[in-house]
Amino acid sequence: MNQIQIQNLSKDYLDVKALKKININIAKGSLFGILGPNGAGKTTLLRTIATLISPDEGTIKINNIDVMKEPRKIRELIGYVAQEIALDKILTGRELLDFQADLYHIDQSNKLERIELLINQLDMQNWIDRKCGTYSGGMKRRIDLAAGLLHLPKVLILDEPTVGLDIESRNIIWELLNDLKKDGMTIILSSHYLDEIDKLADTVVIINDGKIIDQGKPTELKNKFGGDRIILKVREFSDSLESEKVKKILEKIDGISQIVINASQGYSLNFIADRDKDLITKLKVELAFSKFKIFSLSQSQPSLDDVYLQATGKTLQDAELYMTGKRDLKKESKQSMR
Amino acid sequence: MEIQQYNFIFLYQETTALTKRLFIQLKRRPSTFFAGILQPIIWLFLFGALFANAPKDFLPGVDSYGNFLGAGLIVFTAFSGALNSGLPLMFDREFGFLNRLLVAPLASRLSIVLSSFFYITILSFVQSLAIMFISFLLGYGFPDLYGLGVVFATLILLVLFVTSISLCLAFVLPGHIELIALIFVVNLPLLFASTALAPISFMPTWLGWFASFNPLTFAIEPIRIAYSSNFNLDLIALNAPYGDLTCRDCISLLFLLTILSLVIIRPLLNKKLT
Ligand SMILES: Nc1ncnc2c1ncn2[C@@H]1O[C@H](COP(=O)(O)OP(=O)(O)OP(=O)(O)O)[C@@H](O)[C@H]1O
Ligand SMILES: [Mg+2]
Repeated sequence: MNQIQIQNLSKDYLDVKALKKININIAKGSLFGILGPNGAGKTTLLRTIATLISPDEGTIKINNIDVMKEPRKIRELIGYVAQEIALDKILTGRELLDFQADLYHIDQSNKLERIELLINQLDMQNWIDRKCGTYSGGMKRRIDLAAGLLHLPKVLILDEPTVGLDIESRNIIWELLNDLKKDGMTIILSSHYLDEIDKLADTVVIINDGKIIDQGKPTELKNKFGGDRIILKVREFSDSLESEKVKKILEKIDGISQIVINASQGYSLNFIADRDKDLITKLKVELAFSKFKIFSLSQSQPSLDDVYLQATGKTLQDAELYMTGKRDLKKESKQSMR
Repeated sequence: MEIQQYNFIFLYQETTALTKRLFIQLKRRPSTFFAGILQPIIWLFLFGALFANAPKDFLPGVDSYGNFLGAGLIVFTAFSGALNSGLPLMFDREFGFLNRLLVAPLASRLSIVLSSFFYITILSFVQSLAIMFISFLLGYGFPDLYGLGVVFATLILLVLFVTSISLCLAFVLPGHIELIALIFVVNLPLLFASTALAPISFMPTWLGWFASFNPLTFAIEPIRIAYSSNFNLDLIALNAPYGDLTCRDCISLLFLLTILSLVIIRPLLNKKLT
């Protein structure tokens, strides 16, 4: 059952087409990942869902309520945690939560209970009564997340919640997200960390330059890529002659493709093996038959980066560098002020 | 019906929260508050000294320049406070804190404006009282209860008028630098071009005309009269070039300006806040 339906969504800034006819469906209780390099349009998409930007075209519905037509009802349903954390330096964390609770009309008796609960869940006891101005990046993220969760939103929207975080904060946030999902909350999370999306997301959409490149379950996307990545060594330091021989053997096995000899790694053999067939066993038999031993064999699944690379011809990192060069950040911050 | 009642409770809750935040900020950063009291007091002291030896009948109706100046300084304090009221909002815009308010299901975004009104009104009341009290200690008198009522009624009108303009500017101008620049340019000249420091009879014709259209003048004159012992709304407060104005006239004009400004800024705030 789809809780969120996004249809034909487009948004232009003066000279940039930030979103181009985006179509997305998000199931209730799932964690939906949005993956894309800098400037892909992730924030624009999330801000549109959060009623902060009105699109030029298209519709968004949450629980069948139109985001543009009834923004206030939508605001009750969603919790939005922005990419840029904006806290009031002078308030303590607890005061900020109290403030936020009043903006969401949480009644007095529930308020303190909710605040206490979140303080515990996000492990903030030690510093919650300090002023926000003294918080580290990880603390800021956590308090901001707590603020977004106070009113128990049906849909939680997180814009790159773990960028630049220490491992501890990141783990706490990941754990909490998993718990929330178990409780049936729908979570939309943007990221440009592949491992994060891979680990957390039920469904992922890869966007680039305002367009959807691919979407589906992470495993589906990776399966589409075909096969596992395998690195094989027959000796710790092999040589060209030997590895050529092994390559000949591999070439005869059906289901193995794209064999490359990597001279810089002791003439290891890199290739892709179809997953359905039991190729590894076959491989071992063939090698033993030709009197080759296996020094090491590592098998890894293709990453989302591979998927990304295949779809765009660029690695995520390259795309990032390219987009970063194109943006005029000053101009953007001016225009995104309301 | 029930929904409306809820809306009202919600409006109350969010407005209180927004106002409370402003007061916490004030409590932890009180320097501008005290400066706002200190500055007029210094002026009172300096200007009082400057004109200490002026001829006795230099100003009609008052027995010293300090006596004359008090009303102007009270109004100036409230005016400066209100003029600056857009700044916190501007910073919220710039730092993205406003987004926190805009994604919240506020009963009405008017609460953002209301909270600023409350805050500045209370602030300027406290500051004015402090100034009135100190000038009382300096021997410049104190209005009676009726007079005090007039002082505060006048101040509320002025504060509403100026705050609404300042909040509007906070949405229209590109950033706090521009807002501060504008405040800088407007603040003192408007004071000097009012009857705060000198009566219209001292001014060249052009300035007299200007001063008698200056909203600050409409606020200053009733307050000045409120200090006299036999206060009455029908006393002549201002000898404007276009005719005499009573206290009642001045306050009515101020009231009109306030309503007008609220009507004019409403569409703009609506646009910026939906
Ligand atoms: N206010 C703005 N004015 C003009 N252009 C903008 C504005 N905001 C974003 N853009 C442009 O729209 C495109 C998408 O930006 P967006 O912020 O949505 O990307 P993003 O995927 O969130 O990037 P990041 O990973 O850096 O946060 C970019 O090309 C950006 O330059
Ligand atoms: Mg972004």
